Amino acid sequence: MLKTIRFATYASLITLGSFTSSATAAELKVVASFSIIADFAKNVGGERVEISLLVGPDGDAHVYEPRPADAATLEGADVVLVNGLQFEGFMSRLIEASGTKASVVEVTKGIEPIKSDEEDPNHESEEKVEAGHDHEKAGHDHAHEGHHHGEFDPHAWQSIHNAEIYVKNIADAFCEADKGGCATYTANAEAYVAKLGELETEVKAAIEAIPADKRTVITSHDAFGYFSHEYGLKFIAPEGISTEAEASAADVAKLIDQVKHDKASAIFLENITNPRLIEQISTETGIKIGGTLYSDALSKSDGPASTYIDMFRYNVNTMKAAILGS
Amino acid sequence: MYEDLIGPFLRYGFMQRALFGSLILSVSCAPVGVFLMLRRMSLTGDAMAHAILPGAAAGFVLFGLQIIPMTIGGLLVGLLVATGSGIVSRFTVQKEDASMAAFYLISLAAGVLLVSWKGSSVDLMHVLFGSVLALNNAALSLIVGVAIITFVALAVVWRALVAECLDPLFLRSVSRIGTPVHLIFLTLVVLNLVGGFQALGTLLSVGLMMLPAAASRFWSNEVRSMCVIATVIAAFSSLGGLLLSYHASLPSGPAIILTAGVFYALSAVVGRRGMLPSALMSRRHKTA
Repeated sequence: MLKTIRFATYASLITLGSFTSSATAAELKVVASFSIIADFAKNVGGERVEISLLVGPDGDAHVYEPRPADAATLEGADVVLVNGLQFEGFMSRLIEASGTKASVVEVTKGIEPIKSDEEDPNHESEEKVEAGHDHEKAGHDHAHEGHHHGEFDPHAWQSIHNAEIYVKNIADAFCEADKGGCATYTANAEAYVAKLGELETEVKAAIEAIPADKRTVITSHDAFGYFSHEYGLKFIAPEGISTEAEASAADVAKLIDQVKHDKASAIFLENITNPRLIEQISTETGIKIGGTLYSDALSKSDGPASTYIDMFRYNVNTMKAAILGS
Repeated sequence: MYEDLIGPFLRYGFMQRALFGSLILSVSCAPVGVFLMLRRMSLTGDAMAHAILPGAAAGFVLFGLQIIPMTIGGLLVGLLVATGSGIVSRFTVQKEDASMAAFYLISLAAGVLLVSWKGSSVDLMHVLFGSVLALNNAALSLIVGVAIITFVALAVVWRALVAECLDPLFLRSVSRIGTPVHLIFLTLVVLNLVGGFQALGTLLSVGLMMLPAAASRFWSNEVRSMCVIATVIAAFSSLGGLLLSYHASLPSGPAIILTAGVFYALSAVVGRRGMLPSALMSRRHKTA
């Protein structure tokens, strides 16, 4: 009963939000929870939308602490874009507290989520839901136990295929909120998806160039599950899916063993985490740190990964260079 | 058995570093903890641990992830809070616990503000704390340095410190070194906390200071032997916690502190001055 009421309220809020915005604004006010979604929104919305960002470049959305200004931003928004899959732990309460009438869109809607607690790589096949999806054997036995956000790994944007779904969801959300601009949004989205398609071809080619037995790398937290799933590179990490979890001695020892048995060929820092643990593993195993990967946030605009496409290309090139150089 | 206990430390460099760092820290923290306890300042350690955060944060904001600026920042702010609360309690009616609470809360809030204002939303804890599994040379040198300073300082002010713990009025009547000794002692507390942050990686590092000290109280009445017992308990907690973290795949910092907690619980029950012996003793008195 309560649920129905809540749902009805929610639904009416959405319609209400869309009415007011379509009536008043040629411009759409959009709030994105973190930098990668904001980049998608910019590409879809173009000039018609004004985008505000909650967790900025190089920020860690796992543990973000919201400010009153964030609630104010949300309140004035027409559309709120969040990743969902419990990535932004702070978000649901903030949305509630801000009393925003905006429609809240989970851009991961429609992707096939990967379970985050895969201990046994043999269970991999059961988790791949979509039949006939082309994939290599990409076992990711996470070197951690049971530290995660929720049931599913939220880092879905690390697969370009999912990014396309993100973009479509964003275009749909914009269309609903601003019917007049729908044609523009759809056209922008199509153009961007085409670019993403090119990127994907490029990424696949780059990974083809890496010998199959060299395709294991170490990062600081498990952010690349979807990347691994899609492109067949294997990632292991001491920290688990969320950066909030703390590593255990067993995790670190396991990683070092894997490196020593020549099972991992490169090790990387991430832009959002403390580098010390990775540095320690690097000194102990003698693998040089191959660079910094951008996992959960874009870089600032003067950095090497200020857009999603740049980020992906940068990550893949960094990995390729480090692996082939080793 | 042998393989389980020694093997991990022989096989992995990071385990050796973790053990070395936490053992050194045990030697230096535990005696400080004993004095904190004897001076009824057991909770001060916890308050100070929060108080030094903004100093470390300021160091981070200005110089990035460098151990020395973060340590100096922490030390300065820690001393400021300690002396500030001391001055307030000395010149007003307010007791030291209340002024300490006020000062450390102000300090902590300033620290959180500082980090958010800088615009970095990387988690404060992740930035400010090391991990016992990732002790680099800089962190190890810091811990060793802290231990040496603690040792020398304790040796120099030992008698005054003991006198002040047991009878501060007496010390005040025979000499005027009470205040400087108190300051030196607070410096040691802050130094050890900063070292502990590097080693254990969480606010829990206060645990390695206080739990062994509190446990030692159940075994002895004498300051010197309490310090020795506390050090031994801290050392075994470090060893046990690391092995636990290795074999049971638990986060290392909490594993070490929980091991110390087990020692505390055991001591409280079976220690020479613990519950069980006291109960037996009183029954014997009754029957006699």
